[in-house]
Amino acid sequence: MSTPQSLDWHRVSVIARTDLRQLRQAKDFWVPMTILGSIFFLIIPGILLLIITNMGDVAAVERMAATLEILPESAQAQIRGETPSARAGYALAVFLLAPVAIVVPLTISTAVAASTIVGERERGTGEFLAHSPAATREIYLGKLIASAIPGYLTTIVGFGGYSILVNLTVGPEVGGWFFPTTQWWLLVVWVVPPFIALALSLVLRLSARVTSTAAAQQASGLVTLPLIMIAYSQSTGALFGSASLTLAIGAIAWVIAGASLIRGMGSLSRSRLLGVGME
Amino acid sequence: MIETVTPSSTDLQHVVQPSSAVVARAVSKRFGDNVALSSLDLALPKGQISVLLGPNGAGKTTTARMITGALEPSGGEIEVFGERPGESARDLRSRCGVVSAKPALYDQLSGYDNLMFAAELYGVDRDADARIRAEAQRFDIEDALHDKVGGYSTGMKTRLALARSVLHRPDLLLLDEPTSGLDPESSATVLALIREMTSEGTTVVMCTHHLIEAEGLADHVVMMELGRSVLAGAPRELTDTYWPDALVQIEAEDPATLEFLSHEPGVIRVERGLPLRVYLDDGRRIAELIATCVKRGVSLTRVDPWRPSLRDLYFRVRAENGSGQGSDTSPGAHTRPDVSMEPVGQ
Repeated sequence: MSTPQSLDWHRVSVIARTDLRQLRQAKDFWVPMTILGSIFFLIIPGILLLIITNMGDVAAVERMAATLEILPESAQAQIRGETPSARAGYALAVFLLAPVAIVVPLTISTAVAASTIVGERERGTGEFLAHSPAATREIYLGKLIASAIPGYLTTIVGFGGYSILVNLTVGPEVGGWFFPTTQWWLLVVWVVPPFIALALSLVLRLSARVTSTAAAQQASGLVTLPLIMIAYSQSTGALFGSASLTLAIGAIAWVIAGASLIRGMGSLSRSRLLGVGME
Repeated sequence: MIETVTPSSTDLQHVVQPSSAVVARAVSKRFGDNVALSSLDLALPKGQISVLLGPNGAGKTTTARMITGALEPSGGEIEVFGERPGESARDLRSRCGVVSAKPALYDQLSGYDNLMFAAELYGVDRDADARIRAEAQRFDIEDALHDKVGGYSTGMKTRLALARSVLHRPDLLLLDEPTSGLDPESSATVLALIREMTSEGTTVVMCTHHLIEAEGLADHVVMMELGRSVLAGAPRELTDTYWPDALVQIEAEDPATLEFLSHEPGVIRVERGLPLRVYLDDGRRIAELIATCVKRGVSLTRVDPWRPSLRDLYFRVRAENGSGQGSDTSPGAHTRPDVSMEPVGQ
């Protein structure tokens, strides 16, 4: 047996670009994706922040601000603002809406990934890839990148929109533009990507093994739900803690994701692309 | 050189030549309890059209998939251009072009994007655009090149799949039922294009169960059954092996005037009936026979030299293996309805 050849990144990028081109052509994919991103990054936060910062019922806002005392002291120390509504708005924007940065990319990317390999098989295009010079590791990585980009891109764009929204609604109450904070930057560029990679490595493995897209969607939901919950708690913890804690959480997530990716690359075989011998 | 086959034996001695593009030795493939290939031996010549013939489930597609390394054998060995296909045989896969039974195209993309994807994947970096346009023109899809493939007809999809398979100028072209689902005109066009492609020295391996297609196309046939090769060689040589005698069917206004034929030189035997079947030691004697008939004043109404077809060969081999439809193995039994099994006299 000959030894595996080195990765050809050009082929990886060709496969990823082709998958992305297909997604771009599929209106029934990107319209719901845009709506989902808008709901989580703009509509829900916008409504909540506008209510808090414009609420006339001072007692209610004061009660809400009082609940901030349950936050860790390090988090409480970061909260800016002189008035109860300013402090509540700041806490909501910086700490409590953090999970959107996790939920959105994981939901979108796993939805794409779930159907990517089994979809090739169902359409018959897996046969073309199976005969092609591309190594299965290159196909796997190409598909992983193509699955990660839509979710992460939505997060980046949503994050930009969310930053503007937060600064426009809460900024005037706390003395000017303050968002993104250091922790949010770290969350988006350091913590979110490994969680996406980890989720995708698991979902692609499923997509290579199941026999239909429907089964892949069902199974990926079961796999990613606990992962979303872990990511949710870790991201919240990262925001509450110091920058070094955020860096540490990200580093651990990268190590786990790396190991899972290496393992995942071995899960794809040409016979799985063909859909034979899978009983 | 061609494998030698005796009609009494279904076990082939495969003579592997240096000019063989594909060689398989005792290759087997199992999918769980299902045996797809069982000790398959074959040697497919370079630069020719080899046709893998056989019923559904014979193992043709599995064989094609093993040639590129898309599937690994469970046992035995396979060599393509002297190299073993497998996951790491990237260069070998680059030398192959494949058209699978389903066109395997991306419906969401345009024809151009499908071709460009293949060009990039197969390492056609230079002149990719020019090659795409040239192949699109050759396969008559240039007008629809920028349309989404989802809107293509079956014939256009097949032509696009063929164009994609030759973009990188492969040395070996594997075609799995390339005319499946096509109307007769489109099939004829596709078969003509396949023949044209071999003119540049490309080796073609085609899987089909359409005997008529194989008939005019094959330089070499491999008949497969239950995951094994049961017969292989050049069609003409194979039919000559099974039917060494030339046969001509003759009718006259008065059948009694043909009685003399059994005593003519070169006539091996005569089967009486309508028509009269005359077996000759050489097909070139037919002209002499007709001349004799004319000289004797016989009023001929039919002279029909019979050449066994691949179809006849196929059914005879199948029948000998006990798996054909019916047991009639007489010449032309599957191309002529009026046959009898036994000679009626000499």
